[in-house]
Amino acid sequence: MKGLLPDLEVIRKDFPILSRSLAGGQPLVYLDSANTSQKPQVVIDTMVDHLERHNANIARAMHQLGAESTEAFENARDKVAAFINAPSRDEVIFTKNISEGLNLVANTLAWARGPLAVGEGDEVVITEMEHHSNIVPWQLLTERKGATLRWFGLTDDGHLDLSNIDELINERTKVVSLTWISNMLGTVNPVAEIARKAHEVGAIVVVDAAQAAPQIPVDVVASGADIVGFTGHKVVGPTGIGALWGKREVLDALPPFLGGGEMIETVAMERSTYAGIPHKFEAGTPPIVEAVGLGAAVDYLSHVGMENIHAHEQAVTAYALEGLATVPGLTVLGPLDATQRGGAISFEIEGVHPHDVAQVLDSRGIAVRAGHHCAKPAHARYGVQSSTRMSSYLYTTPAEIDALVEGLEYTRSYFKLG
Amino acid sequence: MSAELDSLYQEIILDHYKNPRHGGLRDPYEAEVHHVNPTCGDEVTLRVHLTDGMVEDVSYDAVGCSISQASASVLTELVIGKKIDDAMAIHEDFLTLMQGRGAVEPDEDVLEDAIAFAGVAKFPARVKCALLSWMAWKDATVQTLEETS
Repeated sequence: MKGLLPDLEVIRKDFPILSRSLAGGQPLVYLDSANTSQKPQVVIDTMVDHLERHNANIARAMHQLGAESTEAFENARDKVAAFINAPSRDEVIFTKNISEGLNLVANTLAWARGPLAVGEGDEVVITEMEHHSNIVPWQLLTERKGATLRWFGLTDDGHLDLSNIDELINERTKVVSLTWISNMLGTVNPVAEIARKAHEVGAIVVVDAAQAAPQIPVDVVASGADIVGFTGHKVVGPTGIGALWGKREVLDALPPFLGGGEMIETVAMERSTYAGIPHKFEAGTPPIVEAVGLGAAVDYLSHVGMENIHAHEQAVTAYALEGLATVPGLTVLGPLDATQRGGAISFEIEGVHPHDVAQVLDSRGIAVRAGHHCAKPAHARYGVQSSTRMSSYLYTTPAEIDALVEGLEYTRSYFKLG
Repeated sequence: MSAELDSLYQEIILDHYKNPRHGGLRDPYEAEVHHVNPTCGDEVTLRVHLTDGMVEDVSYDAVGCSISQASASVLTELVIGKKIDDAMAIHEDFLTLMQGRGAVEPDEDVLEDAIAFAGVAKFPARVKCALLSWMAWKDATVQTLEETS
């Protein structure tokens, strides 16, 4: 199959969990990577090595271990900066995950003074296909500040409806925040085009790259965005760590997020002054070993090559769309052309609830996600309460897609559908 | 593999799923509640009508998986026409069964069709599906009793 990673079997061996079996001796067919990706041995080993040999707090321990730990942590920042082509390593802030990253932006915008301040009469624009983590922080911001939340609707085929972009993004717009790739529909959004429009009216652009960073080469400068965030555990890294990139002038203009150790320049009882970026936004002891693991993870992906991973994802996604189309009563939500989407495919099967689909698949060792995927408004837009979602990654094989399609046929027969 | 699945999807459950009893929302009622399972999005709107210490009617509108739908149907069959105290005792028994991780032996004389849910207790992720309408019923019943007392 064209586009598949040529050394797929070697890559699979990098991920120890893929060789385990489940109840009844079933081999694992892991199709839930948009939820969280599996971890290669190198990430696991790097984290264990850090804990076994270099563990110490960072940036404050005046001893050799402290120096080693600090170096490992800051090296991870360099690796992340390189992974997303950030112009400066200082523009990369470590967060807990993308939810924290988006909340950091929405909260500091609520506290900002000057040109970035969001106030009464101002507008924030999001889209109807956002993950709840890119909806709720903006609802909180606009409610608190008396601003208005607006959003792009969706077309029937799963794309953003840009027909009213000139009305939606106007001189009152302060922020445009959108997902690069939808976690539910798989749609790849025209981020650069929307960013250009937003910048014409002086708005800042925030991009949720949680699903993009694992799948496509991310160049934050080319994206046109002012702020781009992603989470570590979807890019073969550990949980508890994510990264937020922002243009220096934007990050400098935002007030601190959490107050505490490490984010200060000096503290007196009356008032404090703050560290420069990135430390201004990193109060307290950070998730050190997780950051080190994330550094190893993005190195691993860069070694395989994000272009190659993207080609692999597109090949597997196209094959999956073909296979799913053969299942009677199955409807895919989102674009049907693999070149226009990411590797998460949500679908419905008439007559079987997604939970029941996932349960039957699980009994065959196939892991998918069922529910609203933290995208209730997008489900509501298409008149569905929930869906089943398969999501592939660089270790997914065509044989696993075959297993899914067979599993879906079995599901239909189990529930006695035609 | 199939045996494991069959213990979850008992014929009785699939039957209630495909042919739900007492479905739809009816008048009169004293309390209406709306319960949601936030992790999966299953929802139920449920009404209770109580008279003279009796469960006169339970009506519902539910969206969700086979387990949650069948559970609502079985609930109505079990509690409609019972004394409120007896219905609450059945609720307790069902809760104990569902939280028993598969180790509780259900009493068929009390739980009737609901014994089919014994297998669900072995699937922790599905216990909340089975309990959704039962929790809604208790909530609505307690609200009614509090208002009338």
